[in-house]
Amino acid sequence: MPGQTQDSAATSVARPRESPLAIGVRRILRKPSSRVALFVLGVIVLVGILAPLIAPYDPAAQPDIVALKDLPPSLAHPFGTDPYSRDVLSRVIYGARLSLMIGVLATIVSLTLGVAYGAISGYAGGVVDALMMRLLDAFLSIPRLLLLLGVLVAWPRLSIGALVLFLGLTGWFGLSRIVRGQVLALKHAEFVTAARALGASRRRILGRHVLPNLVSPIVVAATLGVAHVIVLEAGLSYLGIGVPQPLASWGNIIQDGSDQIATLWWMALFPGLLMVLTVMMLNILGEALRDAYERR
Amino acid sequence: MTPPLLSIRDLRTYFYTEAGVARAVDGVSFDVGAGETVGIVGESGCGKSVTALSILRLIQPPGRIEPGSRIEFEGKDLVTLGDEEIRHIRGNRISMIFQEPMSALNPVFTIGDQVAEVARIHAGLSRRQAWDRAVETLALTGMPAPEDRAKQYPHQLSGGMRQRVLIAMALIMKPALVIADEPTTALDVTIQAQILDLLVHLQKEFGTSILMITHDLGVIAETTSRVIVMYAGEVVEQAPVDELFARPHHPYTEGLMHSMPHIGHDQDRLNVIPGTVPAPTNWPHGCRFRERCPYSWERPEREHPPLYDVGAAHVSRCHLAVEPERRNNPHAPLVVVEGVGAA
Repeated sequence: MPGQTQDSAATSVARPRESPLAIGVRRILRKPSSRVALFVLGVIVLVGILAPLIAPYDPAAQPDIVALKDLPPSLAHPFGTDPYSRDVLSRVIYGARLSLMIGVLATIVSLTLGVAYGAISGYAGGVVDALMMRLLDAFLSIPRLLLLLGVLVAWPRLSIGALVLFLGLTGWFGLSRIVRGQVLALKHAEFVTAARALGASRRRILGRHVLPNLVSPIVVAATLGVAHVIVLEAGLSYLGIGVPQPLASWGNIIQDGSDQIATLWWMALFPGLLMVLTVMMLNILGEALRDAYERR
Repeated sequence: MTPPLLSIRDLRTYFYTEAGVARAVDGVSFDVGAGETVGIVGESGCGKSVTALSILRLIQPPGRIEPGSRIEFEGKDLVTLGDEEIRHIRGNRISMIFQEPMSALNPVFTIGDQVAEVARIHAGLSRRQAWDRAVETLALTGMPAPEDRAKQYPHQLSGGMRQRVLIAMALIMKPALVIADEPTTALDVTIQAQILDLLVHLQKEFGTSILMITHDLGVIAETTSRVIVMYAGEVVEQAPVDELFARPHHPYTEGLMHSMPHIGHDQDRLNVIPGTVPAPTNWPHGCRFRERCPYSWERPEREHPPLYDVGAAHVSRCHLAVEPERRNNPHAPLVVVEGVGAA
């Protein structure tokens, strides 16, 4: 057969299945900082999932609002108690569960909207793209916190579901920009032209050739997005318009002790530390993901 | 006489840009017979790639194929065919091999998956069947250890092997026509020869017609039986390959041939045709090559030359066909020597 070749020295067939995904994961795990981040996040997630098994007390129980309130950390209450005599450790553990859940769910909402909007805009191009981008500019010109404050103040006693929805609804603008840019670039990638030349339909091109190549920027945006939502939710809860009592989130635990922050230091310190730790680890991981996948 | 497999008549593909209407392909006509290998040669910007993309209707806005253009293939006019029908032609009856074997492959799927995809689109095969067929086709292209290679990703393959993958994708449906757009430009010289041999071999085996688009006359000489020379969106010369190399008629073709580096000649500089292809938004009146042509006189300035018959199956868009004595006193050299690095 012609062209049996020297370029084909069959020596390097050794490592099959070396997907770009696997390569990226390996690159991430090679960094000690991202290994630490993954481990710490793993522990926090586990604590959140296993909250009912780990928490020493019922996070909402107020056993003795006179004798057991405002206790500093002790063996019985390692993180102390709050002004309602509730165990802060148990509340922080349940808070991990709720804050992470809100972060993840709201980010899923943002991702869905952001990817859909960005992909449609970029793929459609022309007038549709221009209109959708101007609309996005309008959304982007309103500060996210202001938008949330407006909605939440006007709508008191919001359910957790609605809170997640609003956090998600206000979080997709930046991502859709990124996705649109990537789709625009991918649309003119030669492998997309090649796929068209081989008879692939629009849907197949979008689903098989465009979206899978968006996975890495989406994963990066998602990781950083979860961190952002956690901070936002804490801020809103601190202002008393986020997670409603008696549910515990890291923000509203801090809020419970906020008027006596000088004496009840444990109420701000422990949930605050945990939040900072989580957000920091998410950001480290996000950066590592970006390094691993976005250098070409 | 049986009608040719592909018959292009007065193809005009224009791009409506802010700088004006770019007439990238401007009235091109030619045929490709069944089992024939036809070459299109010309500089960058002469319209050869746009011609190729037009055949598969891959022209994106702001470009469009002008009404009145006809591309007849297996009894259908591809210009007016519905979107669904043209998709059935692409990759199935006509397929295309692209220039850049790295960027023409999707980085996130295995190559076996990508070759199989074509068979799944057009033959409705199951995942399993399509995979087996992909491995068979990869083996046909001389891919070593095709079962193992099929499971690899594009970045794990060398340039030559990636080009074999693209060829497998183009041939898996045994199309009637393969358009090869600079299939070897991005490859090392030694690999180039292998890939060309492979194409010629597969063409004989499958009886596929090939439209070979290149700027490299060496590729033309090695693979094609008939050559179309394009310049400034037009066909300027067409002839059987031996005839063209023996008796180039159009000054542009002549210039291209004089620009070929020759092995053995001690040359550290290259011959080039002076000037560049004019902008497609503003083709010159009369002959489009006249500003670079050493023979040009008043007539090419006034009168756009038609395709003259200048030999057996040999046509040329040059008034020299009727005033051959003009060739005797060029007022400038046809090619000039230029520094290798100078653009």
